[in-house]
Amino acid sequence: MKKLLTISLLGAAMVAGTAQARDYDHVRFGVDVPYEPMEYRTPEGELTGFDIDLGNALCAEMGVTCEWIEQEWDGIIPGLLARNYDAIMSSMSINDERRQTVLFSDSYITIPGAWFAPAGSSLEEISEESLAGKSIGVQRGTTYDNYATDAYGSLATINRYSTADDMVLDLEAQRLDIVFLEFVVGQSTLLDNDDGDYRVVGEMVTEPEEYFGEGFGIAFRQRDTALAERFNEALATLKEDGTYDEIFQRYFGDE
Amino acid sequence: MELTTWLNELLSDNLIFTPQTLGYYWEGLVTTTQLVFLSLLAGLVLAVPLAIGRSSGKRWISLPIYAYTYVFRGTPLLIQLYIIYYGVVFFDGIQETFLWPMLREAFYPALIAFTLNTAAYTTEIFRGAIKATPRGEIEAARAYGMSQALMMRRIILPSAFRRALPAYGNEVIFMLHASAIASVVTLMDLTGAARFVYARFYAPFEAFLFVAVIYLCLTFAILYLFRYLEKRLLAHLKPA
Amino acid sequence: MLDLHGYGPRLLEGAGVTLQLAILSLILALVLGLLAASAKMSRNWLLHKTATLYTTIIRGVPDLVLMLLLFFGGQMALNAVTDLIYDHTGVDLFINLNAFAAGVLTIGFIFGAYMCETFRGAFLAVEHGQIEAGKAYGMSNWLVFRRIRFPQMMRHALPGLSNNWMVLLKTTALVSIIGLTDMVRVAAEASRATHEPFTFLIPVAAIYLLIASASEWAFARLQKRYDVGFGEH
Repeated sequence: MKKLLTISLLGAAMVAGTAQARDYDHVRFGVDVPYEPMEYRTPEGELTGFDIDLGNALCAEMGVTCEWIEQEWDGIIPGLLARNYDAIMSSMSINDERRQTVLFSDSYITIPGAWFAPAGSSLEEISEESLAGKSIGVQRGTTYDNYATDAYGSLATINRYSTADDMVLDLEAQRLDIVFLEFVVGQSTLLDNDDGDYRVVGEMVTEPEEYFGEGFGIAFRQRDTALAERFNEALATLKEDGTYDEIFQRYFGDE
Repeated sequence: MELTTWLNELLSDNLIFTPQTLGYYWEGLVTTTQLVFLSLLAGLVLAVPLAIGRSSGKRWISLPIYAYTYVFRGTPLLIQLYIIYYGVVFFDGIQETFLWPMLREAFYPALIAFTLNTAAYTTEIFRGAIKATPRGEIEAARAYGMSQALMMRRIILPSAFRRALPAYGNEVIFMLHASAIASVVTLMDLTGAARFVYARFYAPFEAFLFVAVIYLCLTFAILYLFRYLEKRLLAHLKPA
Repeated sequence: MLDLHGYGPRLLEGAGVTLQLAILSLILALVLGLLAASAKMSRNWLLHKTATLYTTIIRGVPDLVLMLLLFFGGQMALNAVTDLIYDHTGVDLFINLNAFAAGVLTIGFIFGAYMCETFRGAFLAVEHGQIEAGKAYGMSNWLVFRRIRFPQMMRHALPGLSNNWMVLLKTTALVSIIGLTDMVRVAAEASRATHEPFTFLIPVAAIYLLIASASEWAFARLQKRYDVGFGEH
């Protein structure tokens, strides 16, 4: 009986946290893993990727410590609002829909989206005609979900996944005809890992502007304007002193 | 005509409940209804012979059926769904068979999982009802010289169905609620529609409260249907 | 032997999470169930209505929907309140619902409604004459509760409690959907990574069966204890 009591008290302690000051010397980032090469774990379990390295460099520049908290994509903005972490640095595209809920830093990178299909697929281009009746895989709540839903939702089946892993598995299982995601992520999970089983269909996607135009930003709660400003200044410094280029080279080398 | 203008005006200030999202909720309602109705129907068809077998005195018949109901009632439906959805893919060459066009869609693996699950519960409900058949009814049937099969068909099953009705009503509601997990395998059922709306607009209250109300209405509809059926079919059992 | 590709320890950890979650939610559900059952049987109109509303709504909506609502919505509501306090008084409260706590609260809250019905039915099943007999012996209300109503109620409640516990145990699997790393989530993740769904999902199913069988046995023992003096039934 006594043992049970201690366990339940432990539960209560988890519910009530401590007071947290609102000027930050420690920043917690929410991140959705795996999303190679933007954010992923090495086989040894170490968190790495472009966002991770840049985020850590930004923190170092600002003189704060930082911490990464994993959260699946479809709960990532609510998790920020819920203060499970203080910022999102997880390949998040800046757009107006999200601006209504969160505050964005300046854009830190722009990466196009791309469509990936099995090598033997008959799909040659992306259009309403070619996608009609097909199954399209997207990650739930991403820009790619929003765009695919708005543009092709009425004529194709959109299958939504919580993680990129689920989606790739269903593509391999031939449940999906095509998937739509960030080019660099598709490149490392589909093109590099498999022996020519997949290919890109059509052009890199950077338009329409309202979905893809503004690049990726770090997202904050709307009241944290001071914190966002500090990040913007640090980002500008890293771009000037070459640190940014070095991290960029590390992951996207020759592009 | 007036209704549509009224609806459009009502929705014009609303960022979340647009005609598009309401369309998703509607499709979700259709998918949920189809999934639940079809799995209950198939489960019922399976459960009748299984319940008869489970009540049989021959252990080589009743034991395997018991093992089946024990496993399916003792493990979460979510695991059963995962095993079937991810499992079918790993049978070599399944993609080339005639079954693939069906198994490829999330709907059929989900339907199979739900059917096997509800069949297990329904089997046990019917077995209980068969076991509770009053001895007098059986003796009367024997006295009439009925064969075992005829007695099952004319006496035991009809009276067992009536007795099973309240418990089966609960199973129907349980199935409706359990079907909410279909969205984990990409099905856009009611819950799937709500998760989509939530992920797009970050509005948990609007997305989930709305769908909760729909489920509540469906639950009440089922509840009243079964109450009506019980009133009609069990009237003779009520004290006068 | 079964090759778990190094996921073994994490699976075990997940099983621990599942068990803790199930036991803590059971305790919460029992407390809420007793409270709600008393409220429902109370003569106070407001208490009665509130309890009825609680059980009706909870039992009319799928567990998963309630879980998504409370997990994603609950924290937002909490924050709206703490932000308001901060803006008006400068007091900075920070209340954080982690996935585990949210899981316990949600499952406990849901099953409290089912427990309420079980307890209410069981209390009503205790013969009134026994209570009167106790009072005639000069027992206080509390003593009547402790010596007569509670033990007899338990006898009637046990089958329902056992059933609720089995359903609760299986419901814990749903927390994997809201992001808590229980054994179902570890198994799903491992099946995706290794492309061997059966290797992970079937052992997890077996663990559920094991827990269910053990609980069945324990409940049978308990029932025997509370049935003392009532013969076979």
